[in-house]
Amino acid sequence: MDFTFSDDQIVFRDSVSRFLMTEAAPEMLREIWETDAGRSPELRGKIAAQGLTGLSVPEAEGGLGLGDIDWALMTQELGYFAIPDSLTDTAYVAAGLLSGLPEGHALRAAWLPRIVDGSCRIAVGHPVNPLVADAHLADLLLLPHATAQGLELHAVPGTAVAVTPQRSIDASRRLASVEWTPASDTLAADAPLGQRLWDQALERGALCVAGQLIGLAQRMLDVSVDYAAQRKQFGKPIGSFQAVKHHLADVVTKIEFAKPVLYRAVYALAQGEAKTAALVSHAKLVCGEAALLAARKGIQVHGAMGYTWEVDLQMFMKRAWALDAAWGDRIFHQARLSDSLLGDPADAAIGPGSTF
Amino acid sequence: MDLTYTPAQQAFRAEVRAWLRAHVPRESFASYDTREGFEQHRQWEATLAEGGWSSVTWPTELGGRGCGLIEWLIFEEEYWAADAPQRVNQNGILLLGPTLMEFGTPEQKARFLPRMARCDDMWAQGWSEPNAGSDMAAISSRAVLSAEGDHYVLNGQKTWSTRALFANWLFGLFRSDPASSRHHGLSYLLVPLDAPGITIRPIRALNGKQAFAEVFFDDVKVPLDNRIGAEGQGWNVAMATAGFERGLLLRSPARYQRSAQKLVDLYRRHQASADRDPSIREAVTRAWMGAQAYTLASYHTVGRLQRGAKIGAESSTNKIFWSELDLQLHETAMRILGARAELCDDAEVHDWLEGFLFAQAGPIYAGSNEIQRNIIAERLLGLPKS
Repeated sequence: MDFTFSDDQIVFRDSVSRFLMTEAAPEMLREIWETDAGRSPELRGKIAAQGLTGLSVPEAEGGLGLGDIDWALMTQELGYFAIPDSLTDTAYVAAGLLSGLPEGHALRAAWLPRIVDGSCRIAVGHPVNPLVADAHLADLLLLPHATAQGLELHAVPGTAVAVTPQRSIDASRRLASVEWTPASDTLAADAPLGQRLWDQALERGALCVAGQLIGLAQRMLDVSVDYAAQRKQFGKPIGSFQAVKHHLADVVTKIEFAKPVLYRAVYALAQGEAKTAALVSHAKLVCGEAALLAARKGIQVHGAMGYTWEVDLQMFMKRAWALDAAWGDRIFHQARLSDSLLGDPADAAIGPGSTF
Repeated sequence: MDLTYTPAQQAFRAEVRAWLRAHVPRESFASYDTREGFEQHRQWEATLAEGGWSSVTWPTELGGRGCGLIEWLIFEEEYWAADAPQRVNQNGILLLGPTLMEFGTPEQKARFLPRMARCDDMWAQGWSEPNAGSDMAAISSRAVLSAEGDHYVLNGQKTWSTRALFANWLFGLFRSDPASSRHHGLSYLLVPLDAPGITIRPIRALNGKQAFAEVFFDDVKVPLDNRIGAEGQGWNVAMATAGFERGLLLRSPARYQRSAQKLVDLYRRHQASADRDPSIREAVTRAWMGAQAYTLASYHTVGRLQRGAKIGAESSTNKIFWSELDLQLHETAMRILGARAELCDDAEVHDWLEGFLFAQAGPIYAGSNEIQRNIIAERLLGLPKS
């Protein structure tokens, strides 16, 4: 029993953190917000050069073959730096969908190496998300098609879809509705396998977002602590006042008790445990709550400055508000968890000793 | 990350389970806040000690099993799952015991620890005073060293001393340097509660029972050998103890998992009525989520400790979390029980009601949650002192 990360995992996380600190400063984030495409090919190129795009691609296809547990640390860093890129859609969720296709499937050879070298963007549409992120730049879209037997997985070239952008309050999210026509040459996996892959993609997508929300919560806490230490009123830093301290202390507690829930869920997903869905919903809910609380307390601590476009906090808050409802909103995850816990008693082993 | 128990850990769980199945009393005890109940619980502690279960993390030579913290978590899971009696000597085993192990002389360890493990001695705390609550450094009870230098003479008053009415020893802080202030000049002393000059006056708690007491000291003589650590160094010794209390061991996650499980059972029994308010279903789920999160956080902390990390001020987040969780669990049960929730003698209500009352104290004892938030803000976030 060892519920921690290995030294190697921590070292890798730290190196990614240093990389993003240099390459994804808030000023750069602001610049990219203002562009039409909303994405920086240079940044994606640097991310690929760091090996991050190939994290989840099997070693046989040129990747690092790492799993869900490693992503739990990586997504926190991506969230902390609020990178304006849907890296995880391509490098984690799409890589997972494609790696789930049978050995020798043509799509694997066509796309997995390109994910590794950073030369493609793959957008993923899941029924739980009303819109598709980064569809406007996608070389390939992985899309679901509902049949009586379950969901099929289709792989559709970016040239074969009609994309209608929809503006998000988080300008680093680029969403669109996508019109397309399923056909035999787009079919990648029919219902039994397709449904299984989509189910897994949902858990991956939700955990991706959960990790980013924790990273965002930590970032909002950090910028708020900095602000509270510098801003003076009544002749002293506002961070010396107990009411302000307690706002921020509550955020610390929320974060500390959300992270282990995230780690338990990624482990369940990696192991294919039967209770994965419930554990993922738990993680998504509490990571979202940590981020929402960090946003609420953060803006309060920043005072009127927090309500402006000028402070960096606004970018992190908007990211948190948007991601909280991505890959399953609060209603979806709360209902899924309650139904699992309070549904059939035979399914629910919940007392002491049932945690692992 | 490997979330499987080793064969040795699984065998340990099986051993705990089998022993508890054979030994946990079938009849329920009176409240340990009564003299009768206290004695029943003390005898149970002695039974635990005979089986070698009074403190699995203590060294074997002191009556423990020298187990790691994962085994402690396993023991607690089995203990709570078995509905075994509440522990009545936690003050000794969790608070004073580790302090003695760290700061006591070999003679003090030999004198106090085995008796503590067997529950021959039951320990009460002597920290708070009428004017030293959250501001513990305001302690004014005095300890004056005698002219011969072989004993202290104590005068003053301690309060909120849990079950001091039934205990026979007290550990606490006394001002041994009259010229000192705040956390300087305090000494950590062990005081037999039958010493001449001691008066114990019980305080009735919210549940009507004599759950704690005031302890008055009137020229009470305490031998020098009863001081833990150096003269005037009591604050540091006590802070180590307070750290243990706030930290991992005071409230094991299994306690809340068991409560959450019972809450789910309660909800299922009353589902038709409860579901008329859909927020009850969510509250039950959230109580389970809290218990699960607390459990996972405990395992995560244990893992980090095994990798050499130290628990510092972050233990303050623990104390806030479990105390608020306990309130939430019991408030939800009260909502489900509805108009019957006030009935003291209703079999289904009794434990929930007692637990609800006790949960009110959680955010106050062991360092109020406001103090914990200050600690988090100042020591973890580095915000300036007010």
